[in-house]
Amino acid sequence: MVHVSMTVNGRLVSAEIDPRTLLVQFLREHLRLTGTHVGCDTSQCGACTVHVDGEAIKSCTTLAATCNGSSVTTIEGLAQGGKLHPMQQAFQDNHGLQCGFCTPGMIMASVDLVNREGYGIDEQTIRHGLEGNICRCTGYHNIVKAVVQGAREMGAAATPKAAE
Amino acid sequence: MSATGIGVSVKRKEDIRFITGKGHYVDDVNRPGQAYAYFLRSPHAHATIDKIDISDALKAPGVVAIFTGDDIAADKVGGLICGWMIHSKDGSPMKAGAHPALAQGKVRYVGDHVAVVIADSYAEARDAAEKIEVHYTELPAVVDPAKAPAPGAPVVHDVAPDNTIYNWHIGDKAATDAAFANAAHVTKLDLVNNRLIPNAMEPRAAVADYDSGTETITLYTTSQNPHVTRLVLSAFIGLAPEHKLRVIAPDVGGGFGSKIFIYAEETVCAWAAKKIDRPVKWTADRGEAFLSDAHGRDHVTHAELALDASGRITGFRVHTIANLGAYMSTFSSSVPTYLYGLLLSGQYAIPAIYCEVDAVYTNTAPVDAYRGAGRPEATFLVERIVEIAARETGRDSAEFRRQNFITSFPHQTPVILAYDAGDYPKALDRALALADYKGVGARKAASAAKGKLRGVGMSAYIEACGLAPSQAVGSLGAGVGLWESAEVRVNPVGTVEVLTGCHSHGQGHETTYAQLVASRLGIPIDNISIVHGDTDKVQFGMGTYGSRSGSVGMSAINKALDKIEAKAKKVAGHVLEASEHDIEFKDGKFTVKGTDKSIDFASVALNAYTAHKFNGQELEPGLKETAFWDPTNFTFPAGVHICELEIDPQTGVVTIERWTAVDDFGKLINPMIVEGQVHGGITQGIGQALLEGAIYNDDGQLLTASYMDYCMPRADDVPSYTIETIETVCPSNPLGIKGCGEAGAIASPPAVINAITDALGHEEIAMPATPQVVWRAAQKAPLKRAAE
Repeated sequence: MVHVSMTVNGRLVSAEIDPRTLLVQFLREHLRLTGTHVGCDTSQCGACTVHVDGEAIKSCTTLAATCNGSSVTTIEGLAQGGKLHPMQQAFQDNHGLQCGFCTPGMIMASVDLVNREGYGIDEQTIRHGLEGNICRCTGYHNIVKAVVQGAREMGAAATPKAAE
Repeated sequence: MSATGIGVSVKRKEDIRFITGKGHYVDDVNRPGQAYAYFLRSPHAHATIDKIDISDALKAPGVVAIFTGDDIAADKVGGLICGWMIHSKDGSPMKAGAHPALAQGKVRYVGDHVAVVIADSYAEARDAAEKIEVHYTELPAVVDPAKAPAPGAPVVHDVAPDNTIYNWHIGDKAATDAAFANAAHVTKLDLVNNRLIPNAMEPRAAVADYDSGTETITLYTTSQNPHVTRLVLSAFIGLAPEHKLRVIAPDVGGGFGSKIFIYAEETVCAWAAKKIDRPVKWTADRGEAFLSDAHGRDHVTHAELALDASGRITGFRVHTIANLGAYMSTFSSSVPTYLYGLLLSGQYAIPAIYCEVDAVYTNTAPVDAYRGAGRPEATFLVERIVEIAARETGRDSAEFRRQNFITSFPHQTPVILAYDAGDYPKALDRALALADYKGVGARKAASAAKGKLRGVGMSAYIEACGLAPSQAVGSLGAGVGLWESAEVRVNPVGTVEVLTGCHSHGQGHETTYAQLVASRLGIPIDNISIVHGDTDKVQFGMGTYGSRSGSVGMSAINKALDKIEAKAKKVAGHVLEASEHDIEFKDGKFTVKGTDKSIDFASVALNAYTAHKFNGQELEPGLKETAFWDPTNFTFPAGVHICELEIDPQTGVVTIERWTAVDDFGKLINPMIVEGQVHGGITQGIGQALLEGAIYNDDGQLLTASYMDYCMPRADDVPSYTIETIETVCPSNPLGIKGCGEAGAIASPPAVINAITDALGHEEIAMPATPQVVWRAAQKAPLKRAAE
């Protein structure tokens, strides 16, 4: 067993775990944060995407032990103060989800994509940037629309009020 | 029309839990004291099991129990079933080989279930499975369906010595032969409809919990139809009587058909939970999903189309070999027969059709319904051969179709179905305009100028869904009726719960069903909750597939609402001291005709429960009604999809430049959700046409068993789509709905392949048209076409 300690959604957590425990197992089984999903075993589908120290990673191929001391954000930690994150809202507004299984990973990857590419991200960059997240329901059409809206509104939220 | 009524793109109520990580899928379920199951699977496609030694594995840390086929047999656990009887043309019944939940004596495909290890943790179960010694004698395998019936081929089941499950046929052979004898032109086509793996993003899972105090098994499972699961596990497999078996399908992460079926894993978990008196949990990893989810398609077909001199289609002759894999899955037999042969008339007035289907066993995973189920196979065949016939005879693709369209309804096809309503020329005209079909020539020239090949392909599809009239499917061999049930419970405060036997695994029923109730009862959509997926709550139901949730499921709710309204009028009459016949109900208000005396819905609900204003012996207190609704016909969504693409002949890479879809789904409840269904369907069809294909090698090893090898459509493989609908009202249900779940997946593969072959100038393209396939084809000289 190894000792791990990390901040998850703003809360400090510690546990003694089997060294082979994956981050996604730690989140789902130890912390019961079941919003992060496992859709494959080859880090292809992206359903397990979470943020570690502000960057999107696939938690199904990350050992929990390697995240010792890190700050982890999962889909459950994205909404702040009872208000949906703009990307979450955009997915609902644009019908960017159907069965919902890929959605947490898709939203976490999209937020990271916008953080990297900017609020004015275009459709082609979104399609390329989400290549590591598979959705079987939506055909991506509405996901792309959602990310365009989410990016724009992340930008609006980041702009100081004075700019209005 | 209110802001939440029928026809409005209401944002989905269920989304909040999914976008905040609060969805509740089977793998999110944990029961106190649960153990974990791991299935040891066959590494061989075909072998006898000579001995299984579990002694070392039993000593491994954390192991609770290990079971094999012998234990299943000793407990007399029934085999998995196929619930649709098909008879061969000689009248003999299909040859269904036994399908034990754990293999007994023989394994028949890679991934077949050999043993289950149950341990305190999943890791321990998996580790222990490696210590099981299985002694196999390998047998030769048969993988290619076309070779399965050949003399000397390895025999998968002794009950079918030539591996043939049935030789089915439909249509009038003599009339069809006569059409060909008199034909001015005959177009011939050989094609393969490639084998697909459904790949819902949530892998299958099961959690079984046995309560020895009540002798009740509760099974949480990833199912599209929990009541059917309960029925099969109870009546056929014999795990427990129905009233002692509760099946819960909570949030389910996509199905596409693959979660209709009753599989070995949930059967074993439910049986084992009772055996060890401890909850048992199993979740597939993606590799297991590839190996053991029921696959789709896999047809080998030869077809011929007869034309007269004017270009009218006069006859259609089809012979198909359908691969059903190593065992007959739950509804497998119906897919290449009644869901395929009946659709061969397409949108066309074809006087004579004759279709033969030979279903065969092979040493591959079972094959069953996958999005569209039989109808994509029929449409791919019809729309490819129609396109080729147009090209061979020098006719414009659109005009040749138009010339042969069915234009009056009802239309009786020569293959059982009677189409009830449609307007095929209207969809074609609109699609041609939206796609700027007239501008194709200029765009082709522009592509050619930069060394690219541009092609345009269309597909005028039809499907039969809204499954289905019970008597009709019963006469065709179905083991179940396909009505739907609903229960509407009005609470004393006027809020409403609707219990439905359909199941949502992405379709958005919590929103669309609530839209119907809100518009009927005039109450806020937030006062309505939709309950599904629990056999202890919902009386019964047949689940969701074949676009039945709208046309059949909502019709049942609508019927229950009729009863609610009638009863509520009686209550309102007593409260308002008027005859129930003088009560009008509109916008949530009951009014005495010609007066201003009225009462709102919530007050009527309260009065129904207090029962102070009427005699409880003459009028039953309460406000809750049940309905079962059986449709009068299938529904017939239809439309035209046009694909325009560009090929780089240097690399074989295909880029889809434009996609235009004009569909007729009848009345729409929520256009936003309908469009979403179409987007997803088209993308799965593009996947089949360009990317996806399950490949077994000659030894029966699945070479495409991960997302590294099986190419799923990704965001950058597909374009945004241009989608419109037209509307002809469906006459066979009260809401006029046709259904939209499969249409995209049915329409799109032939549109893509017709576009590629248009660009290349010859017809020899197999799906998936990967860059390698397209590059090779691009090296061949184009055919000289009649039109040129």
